[in-house]
Amino acid sequence: MSPPPLLEVEGISKRFGGLQAVDAVTFGVPHGTIVGLIGPNGAGKTTLFNLIAGASRCDAGAIRLGGVDITGLRPDLACEAGIGRTFQVVRPFSTLSVIENVMVGAFKRTTSPVEARTRAAQILDRLGLAAKRSAVAGTLTLPERKRLETARALATRPKLLLLDEVMAGLRPAEIDLMVRIFADLSREMGIAILLTEHVMRAVMALSHHIVVIHHGKKICEGPPASVARDPRVIECYLGSAVEKP
Amino acid sequence: MNADIAVSWSRRSGLSLAIFVAASLVVPVIASNYVVSTLIVLLFSAFLGQAWNLMMGYAGQLSLGHALYVGLGAYISGALFVQYGLTPWVGMLAGMAAAVVAGVVIAALSFQFGVSGVYFALLTIAFAEFARIAFNHFAWVGGSSGLFLPVLRLTGNDILHLRGSPTMFYYILLALTLTSLALSNLLLRRRIGFYWRAIREDQAAAQAAGVDVFRYKIAAVALSAAMTAIAGTLMAFYDNNLYPNTTFGISRSIDIIMAPIIGGLGTLFGPILGALVLTVLSEATTNLSANFGIDGLKQWIYGSTLLIIVMLQPAGLWPWLRARLRLDGADG
Repeated sequence: MSPPPLLEVEGISKRFGGLQAVDAVTFGVPHGTIVGLIGPNGAGKTTLFNLIAGASRCDAGAIRLGGVDITGLRPDLACEAGIGRTFQVVRPFSTLSVIENVMVGAFKRTTSPVEARTRAAQILDRLGLAAKRSAVAGTLTLPERKRLETARALATRPKLLLLDEVMAGLRPAEIDLMVRIFADLSREMGIAILLTEHVMRAVMALSHHIVVIHHGKKICEGPPASVARDPRVIECYLGSAVEKP
Repeated sequence: MNADIAVSWSRRSGLSLAIFVAASLVVPVIASNYVVSTLIVLLFSAFLGQAWNLMMGYAGQLSLGHALYVGLGAYISGALFVQYGLTPWVGMLAGMAAAVVAGVVIAALSFQFGVSGVYFALLTIAFAEFARIAFNHFAWVGGSSGLFLPVLRLTGNDILHLRGSPTMFYYILLALTLTSLALSNLLLRRRIGFYWRAIREDQAAAQAAGVDVFRYKIAAVALSAAMTAIAGTLMAFYDNNLYPNTTFGISRSIDIIMAPIIGGLGTLFGPILGALVLTVLSEATTNLSANFGIDGLKQWIYGSTLLIIVMLQPAGLWPWLRARLRLDGADG
């Protein structure tokens, strides 16, 4: 029997008024793996992230991290439990310096400013932001802000990192850099990653496993190569072929 | 520009601070009574500004009702002294406790129900106004005709009962202002300071980074209210008379926020610099309009000068001055 996955999402649903944003979705993220969550715009990916990270509450279902029920936990408690998240629209603490932004995350695991600073510096180094450590976060370029967002989440020492479109708006060379960083993180630090992404070259390169959702429902999952060939996936992205009489 | 606060201060900054403190210690020895009483006004403004700045400048929670905490600190210690002869130092603790309870209740109610920003500010005004009206009808503390503290003819200074010369109040206030400066500096460098600034910048992002937003906002309010109540107690014993309409009045709340805004929100020395500029400006314009005998000249000059400062330096005077003097320091 294989051990249960790190993150277990079991039949979670969320409704906004007349819209069933997430509909009884079940999937898992095994320890140390990278899982891609894809689907067309409005499929419910960000809602699903918000549910896992505690930013909004599920109507039904359960979420477990390492066997512990984290359903409906406040975001800071979900973070405490081991979930680190980034936001699709980056949200740096604009007037703080880059290293201070990351220190805020690091303070989750230590009360010592010296330790937080050391840890933040290590992470900035890793994400290629070391040269910018004293810059005011508001002055960073978009790719830098995306990396800062990731650095801040990493500093909380997550077991699971939720990456919400961190590659959007980046150039191909920058995407390749990010892909390399995340692959290394997962391999060397054993962090599991759940990422949503429209940049398919990144999803395909990174993910061990892909979950596809459409209209809030999971329509298929599997290894990248088989998902890419799945007719249901092709249909939801491109529409179905018109049948000839 | 370097926004990194925890870098240690340079010798230049340390020396500037030392000269500033030394000058403050010597002033009452050589200055006239008028100068000392003006400096007392300045120190009240600086200390209150420091207290308000903790909550708004660092944690980003706008209070326009800080007169409530001044009033509780003033009235509770004043009334306990008048009625029971209790030393103001104990009365001060009672006032601080009441202010903390009031602040925490208001803040907890607001934050629990998602009242924030200007709506939170409106609520703080409402509670201060509520207290003003309540104390106007509270006979035990004199109601609307006021509470008067007995002025004892003493040869020396009685620190235990805060009866004494302006010079005594000057030194007590100077000690408090410097302590509040040191406290702010200490807190800013620790986790709580980082968390406050994160909350000020983006509450949802702070929460996602593991910050218990509710708890740290409440902590900021409690600390700010307690410090403000201390100023209230000293004000009661310095002025010797208290009226609900001035002690709890909205204009008191506005006076409190002026120094940190002019000096620089969320900066360590902003409230002190703001207090200095405002007090000097206020005294100078008063004297000027008295000399010229033109009514309203003071308000006109005072108002337009503030307008010019705010328009030219919206971030406050301290960030500008700090750059001019080439000082570094612990300001985000």
